Amino acid sequence: MTASILTVDDSSSLRLATRIALTGAGYTVTEACDGLEGLGKAQGQKFDMIITDLNMPNMDGLSMIREIRKLPVQMGTPIIFLTTESDDALKQEARAAGATGWLVKPFQPDQLLRIAKKVLGR
Amino acid sequence: MSDQDPIAAFRVEAGDLLDQIEQALLDLSNRLDDRGLIDAVFRGLHTLKGSGAMFGFDALATFTHHCETAFDRVRKGFFPATAELVHVILSAMDHMRALVDGDGSGLEATGAAILGRLQAALPESGTVTAAPETEDAAPEAASEGAGGWHLRFRLPPSALANGTNPLSLLDELRELGECRVVALCDALPPLPDLIPTECLIGWDVTLTGAIAREAIEDVFIFVMDDMDMELTPLASVAIESAAGPAPQPEPGSSLPAAPVVATPATDAAARQAPRAGESVRVPAERLDVLMDRVGELVIVQSRLSQLANSGLIGASGEVALRSISEEIERLVSEMRDTMMVLRMVPVANLFGRFRRLIHDLARDTGKAIELLTEGEATEVDKTVTEQLADPIVHLIRNACDHGLETPEERLAAGKPATGRVMLTAAHAGGEVLITITDDGRGINRERVRAKAESNGLIQPGQALSDHELLQMIFHPGFSTAAQVTNLSGRGVGMDVVKRTIEGLRGTIDIASQEGKGSTFTLRIPLTLAIIEGLLVRVANGCYVIPLAAVEECIELTAEEDRRTRGRSMIQLRDALVPFLRLHDLFDTGAEPDEHQKIVVISAAGERVGLVVDQIIGSHQTVIKSMSGVHRDVHSFSGATILGDGSVALILDIMQLVATGQQREARLRAVG
Repeated sequence: MTASILTVDDSSSLRLATRIALTGAGYTVTEACDGLEGLGKAQGQKFDMIITDLNMPNMDGLSMIREIRKLPVQMGTPIIFLTTESDDALKQEARAAGATGWLVKPFQPDQLLRIAKKVLGR
Repeated sequence: MSDQDPIAAFRVEAGDLLDQIEQALLDLSNRLDDRGLIDAVFRGLHTLKGSGAMFGFDALATFTHHCETAFDRVRKGFFPATAELVHVILSAMDHMRALVDGDGSGLEATGAAILGRLQAALPESGTVTAAPETEDAAPEAASEGAGGWHLRFRLPPSALANGTNPLSLLDELRELGECRVVALCDALPPLPDLIPTECLIGWDVTLTGAIAREAIEDVFIFVMDDMDMELTPLASVAIESAAGPAPQPEPGSSLPAAPVVATPATDAAARQAPRAGESVRVPAERLDVLMDRVGELVIVQSRLSQLANSGLIGASGEVALRSISEEIERLVSEMRDTMMVLRMVPVANLFGRFRRLIHDLARDTGKAIELLTEGEATEVDKTVTEQLADPIVHLIRNACDHGLETPEERLAAGKPATGRVMLTAAHAGGEVLITITDDGRGINRERVRAKAESNGLIQPGQALSDHELLQMIFHPGFSTAAQVTNLSGRGVGMDVVKRTIEGLRGTIDIASQEGKGSTFTLRIPLTLAIIEGLLVRVANGCYVIPLAAVEECIELTAEEDRRTRGRSMIQLRDALVPFLRLHDLFDTGAEPDEHQKIVVISAAGERVGLVVDQIIGSHQTVIKSMSGVHRDVHSFSGATILGDGSVALILDIMQLVATGQQREARLRAVG
């Protein structure tokens, strides 16, 4: 079975680029356009990995991560957040919220795939 | 949409994002301390920067970064938002648009100038300079760890719950070199106290091979800060050969499996249910393709109903066929309506653009201008809104430039200092009605007349109705501005506005009261793709007259026909209406039918009769545009395909009314 990945980003072009890279590598991709939608999808289905932006309308990434971590169904689901700055305080905060790791924007498709492989272990 | 180009998607998205930021900025200029708006602007800039960098728009990312930094400071309360800051960022929006659309070359000077103004708009403490990226410490000597490493680590207890899989970390270590792993179970509590989601096992790893320290640290990059790790080069540890190789833990055996929670059955339904307001972006050309298909279906349906009613099929078959035909007709018409709705967008998008225009015009003219809008939820075909933008921009420019007075003049005239431009949209039948109203000085009839006379458009002293006089401003090259400012005199006149509106099969009307202001009313059909038409026959050809333009149909009796030869005017109740014999106009060479009909059509308040042989009936007309070869054909605005597969031309009402009116004028001149 292919790994299913939820991507949460308010930028549709970024979602598109992410999806092209991930589906090209054989992953199944589900998309959400903000934290609220992302949380909704995470409530409904177990994902193997979640990739999320932090700055989003309706519900920001940090709040979404905190909420997802309360969901039994997503117990232990790796969550990678996207950030534009190599800001240590932000990384600290995101990890405290329950994030597994991060990816600094801009990233190349192979960087994304490397992270996916690292986190999924396959 | 997986075959779509991300760069193209980015351009579309960046355009939307810039529009949203601009709207937020414009709102912010009225409510400078609104935190929600400041956040919205910051978030928009942040997203733009992030995706810009992703798709190689480096100039855009760098430029936007400066604006974002400025707004980040505002957001964090270092300094307040000011009108000047908002204005500079607004002009930065235009630069960003240029960067999104182009490759960024040749724009460096503009960008630098805007950043200079941004710098000047900020308090001194808030200089926008990016903090230099701190470089990591110099890598350690390459020789370190040449023989291998001894590594002992414990992950934070929350690691499992937070998605870190120790097994894949160990797998990564194994990829670096030969690996001996021993699990450290000393911290595990007695079974009753064990919390299965906590990670309490430690690992002792011996890695052999030439491995750089960074490679190992890279494995733990996400957990590095929260974990305990001892990393020592192998040479400095005694090789524990006596202990023998420790047994490798069976993957997963020593770790409690994460509890599996069954997915509730209702979730599939929940996932399928669309969220309120969820939307799908569809490229316009796909809608056009679908529209074409629906159009063809309409044609096939009409062939079917023609066949069903033809009597060519036996009586029993005919009943069955007719019921099928009626069913398909219902489906097709529903599908057509759905299709139309898909193409509809609220005019709010269109109106939104004008707020920026008013903001800029107010600044450029030194007038205080307020924009009011009404009916923004009114929906119009997307193509229509696109083509309406330029004419409305021109009308608003005119209203602000020529219509509205300076604050001093307004106060002297007993009006509030702030001029008002009002935009409204509403549905009226199959049309959308858009008005542009200003409360300025109104149109000065004397000046219009003087100008028209000096341009030779009318004879000096020629009698004109008020309506005719006002229509003068739509003549090519007509301009009453006493002096040309940078707003007017761009070579786009009211004649172009009128032509564009008429190209949309719409009309434009003026009402103006001196001293009180002017109103321009645009009437545009809701959609350009399908119209209700009246199908008529002239000689052997069928033609479609847009039903909206038809006022009435009357018979041209043989006697009247003879009497009116040469004059082509009929008495229609209390008015004389000119008419055109389509037989003559199209040069059919055939004898007209004995009982000819006159279809009276009207456009822009003028009426003309069209003499035809037969009125066939109303016809759902799918408009096909004419090819480039027929660009110079007047009289016809397009073509359609009839039920029997033959082509019918659609009459161009505007053109025919104009032709009829010219003939009348010539006849009048001859006396």
